[in-house]
Amino acid sequence: MAEILKRNKALAVNPLKASQPVGASLAFLGINKAIPMLHGSQGCTAFGKVFFVRHFREPIPLQTTAMDQVSTVMSADENVILGLKTVCEKSKPALIGLPTTGLSETQGTDIKRLVKDFYAAHPEFAHIPVVPVNTPDFTGCLESGYALAVKAILETLLPSVAPSPTGGGLGRGTVGKRKKQVNVLAGSFLTPGDIEHIKELVEAFGLRPLVLPDIGDSLDGHLTEMESTPLTVGGTPVSDISSMGESIATLVLGNSMFDAADFLKSQTNVPDHRFDSLMGLDAVDAFVAALAEISAKPVPEKIERQRAQLQDAMVDAHFMLGFARIAIAADPDLLYGYSRLVTEMGCEVVAAVAPARANILSDVFASQVGIGDLEDMEIAAKRGGAQLVISNSHAVETARRLGVPLLRAGFPQYDLIGGYQRLWVGYRGTRQALFDLANMLVEHGHHEPEAYVSIYAQRTGDAAHFPHPNPPPVGEGTNVKSNMGDLCHAASAPHKTH
Amino acid sequence: MQAKDIAELLNEPACAHNKKEKSGCARPKPGATAGGCSFDGAQIALLPIADVAHIVHGPIACAGSSWDNRGTRSSGPTLYRIGMTTDLTEQDVIMGRGEKRLFHAIKQAVDSYAPKAVFVYNTCVPALTGDDIGAVCKAAAEKCGVPVVPVDCAGFYGTKNLGNRIAGEAMFKYVVGTGEPLPVPESAQRPGITVHDVNLIGEYNIAGEFWNVAPLFDELGLRILCTLSGDARFHEVQTMHRAEANMVVCAKALLNVARKLQTDYKTPFFEGSFYGVTDTSMAFREFAKLLNDPSLTERTEALIAREEAKINAALDPWREQLRGKRVLLYTGGVKSWSIVSALQDLGMDVVATGTSKSTEEDKARIREIMGEKTRMITDGSPKALLGVVKEYQADILIAGGRNMYTALKARIPFLDINQEREFGYEGYSGMVELARQLALTIQSPVWSSVRKPSPWAKTGVPGVELGA
Repeated sequence: MAEILKRNKALAVNPLKASQPVGASLAFLGINKAIPMLHGSQGCTAFGKVFFVRHFREPIPLQTTAMDQVSTVMSADENVILGLKTVCEKSKPALIGLPTTGLSETQGTDIKRLVKDFYAAHPEFAHIPVVPVNTPDFTGCLESGYALAVKAILETLLPSVAPSPTGGGLGRGTVGKRKKQVNVLAGSFLTPGDIEHIKELVEAFGLRPLVLPDIGDSLDGHLTEMESTPLTVGGTPVSDISSMGESIATLVLGNSMFDAADFLKSQTNVPDHRFDSLMGLDAVDAFVAALAEISAKPVPEKIERQRAQLQDAMVDAHFMLGFARIAIAADPDLLYGYSRLVTEMGCEVVAAVAPARANILSDVFASQVGIGDLEDMEIAAKRGGAQLVISNSHAVETARRLGVPLLRAGFPQYDLIGGYQRLWVGYRGTRQALFDLANMLVEHGHHEPEAYVSIYAQRTGDAAHFPHPNPPPVGEGTNVKSNMGDLCHAASAPHKTH
Repeated sequence: MQAKDIAELLNEPACAHNKKEKSGCARPKPGATAGGCSFDGAQIALLPIADVAHIVHGPIACAGSSWDNRGTRSSGPTLYRIGMTTDLTEQDVIMGRGEKRLFHAIKQAVDSYAPKAVFVYNTCVPALTGDDIGAVCKAAAEKCGVPVVPVDCAGFYGTKNLGNRIAGEAMFKYVVGTGEPLPVPESAQRPGITVHDVNLIGEYNIAGEFWNVAPLFDELGLRILCTLSGDARFHEVQTMHRAEANMVVCAKALLNVARKLQTDYKTPFFEGSFYGVTDTSMAFREFAKLLNDPSLTERTEALIAREEAKINAALDPWREQLRGKRVLLYTGGVKSWSIVSALQDLGMDVVATGTSKSTEEDKARIREIMGEKTRMITDGSPKALLGVVKEYQADILIAGGRNMYTALKARIPFLDINQEREFGYEGYSGMVELARQLALTIQSPVWSSVRKPSPWAKTGVPGVELGA
């Protein structure tokens, strides 16, 4: 049980946190033909857009209610109605996400009422679902904003089924009507590559995954024949969501999704299986076992082989990872997942930082978890002698100052091509993560004692020893050159004698 | 900031189009608005000042998704790259603890990082709850013993452009004129060369591009007191009032600083650009003209002749590859004409240019350079842009990073021209990099691959059929 350290300083330095509205937008980007519109000033949207464009290297649909000084002071209600109308007319979306921001929340907007007002004023758009969600940026982080949006999607789209007179939720009696359909509530820690793999795993058991939200389908980065669209291309079809009550089971991926899962279960009675992480042997075993149970089918040989491959990799990598001191800074679910993965390999987590509180934090595999920023992580990592950092691209400078390698994970990853789609989960993803961690540690390792030359040594020609494998500091360059020259000379000498 | 202060900032007498209705007054349309806010604009304008602690006062959204994403470079201190924010919590907002947190935050920044000054950027939430950041900055400056400058730039005040002006205003009000330049060191004096002090306003040193040009200033004996704000230091901003001439570089929005330096300190200024051979030469000529030093004029002409001959030789092989290629340029303001000149220097054909953010003056300039028939585009939506690309058979789209994936998804060659870009194009030598990047994308073998249907496909070819 990790001890949680509260934020104890006035200034956040090198923030780790991305905001709730950004997280909520991400969830809506996983719905097909959707567009999120942030209720705030135009900057809230512009920054969010750049954030995702640089991470995913994709065009990102994102609109704004564009609050200006007058609407901020007087009322911005009209902005919401007008904004919804404009988006409906111009883009004909299948769904509009409507997250609030710090600005509209401070003003005191009643976002749910505004959606009702919109439908009253514009009944012609009654067929376009609008999902309002309260996501001020002065609480939570990307992960919590995403989770709130997923819950709001369910709240908006599930009750379209009439409540059963017996009570106890909606859609009772229809559970399992679609015998092969399995709901997957996908947490924000999953990349498009992760979701693709999860779908493959589910399909390997003869089941049909219904992933909500499915950024694996919308943000995987693929060229289409369609050249431009103001909406998402791919993602969970809106029409599928109402059928979630007919699935045989729900897989809940990530502790942050449990609240949304509670709601789904209470509304549908579909039994669920919950997972805090999908990285590491035990976590993946639990997931695969659940799939076998739901499908009542044996684990396919292909997956057995992947498991055996992971076990082999664990044996290979334990030499490098044993006792390795790791620093991790990430949103709560990710932080938990990596801490569990590396401690299973014999590593020690010497610094663990999350940007905001969450239930899962007390389960993180570290003695302490700080609520804070990258400066907090840097200080703890230095104190703990960390050998490797796991965090987002903002930690590049942090890792450089610490003199250790950085494994990029989470949001944002703007200096790495393809980071957005990397596979981390399952036996396969875990195996690659172990390889990478081990290689990084070997490359940056300093395990050997420094060379010692005895005071009695009789090696006068030894000035020409090999240069140190690490690059010499500037100014010693000439030294290396002369060494190299000597080496060449030495190498050519035997030729002369022959 | 009060409404009348905003109106005052939107009134820029030095702009030729000032009499028309202010574009900044048009209310943004909900559901159909793109572009950054005033906070964004203020940060772009001031963040490059390298030895200052830049504190964003507000909840996380403002700093959280924007810190550490600018392409500007420093030759020394890296303090500006450290992201700082008060990261206001719900309790701060409800209980009104924002001012107190800000005060302690400033103190913390000074204690941990010993900055030359602290800039505090106000954002929407504290502006709405009414935090008096001016008073907090004053109190903190007294307590900490370093200058603390309030930049009141809440996002809802207006656009990025307004934010630039707010930033310029803050510098003029609180910083310019509070310090004196050091004497020119003896070691830097050369016989026959009188050193003149100048400023560059609105030059951000993206990807270090100004370092292509800076050595030429040294050669001519022009000491740059301050670049507002690429690779600048706080002390340099303090001394801006001592310059003999100012150049406004590619940023109409900071014109207010140049104008105020002219009215208050009688410093003449001109507007210019370092993009393209022609404009770079023009900039040096303008300085020589304003400084009215015959020796400087002579040396300037010699330098221009030498540099142009050198770069023309270096560009010749590139011109062969780029000549006649058709360009669609979609970018804001001054860049809409300054880049045109650079592209024409390369023998390229600019078939249309975006003018949605350009002023009347910019548009007149475009007509002057490109002729009356030039297509000016105001609708920057992806669909409209792709339509123009098709209609004019453009070979490449040059635009800001936001439009990059519009082009790439439609399988069209693209060049990023905005502040997030990773390559510098300024000055004579920057032209080679520009030519290289243009040729790299236009000639890339990937385009034919990605437009090719799979061997088993029966449908037509996706993407845009290109001319030439």
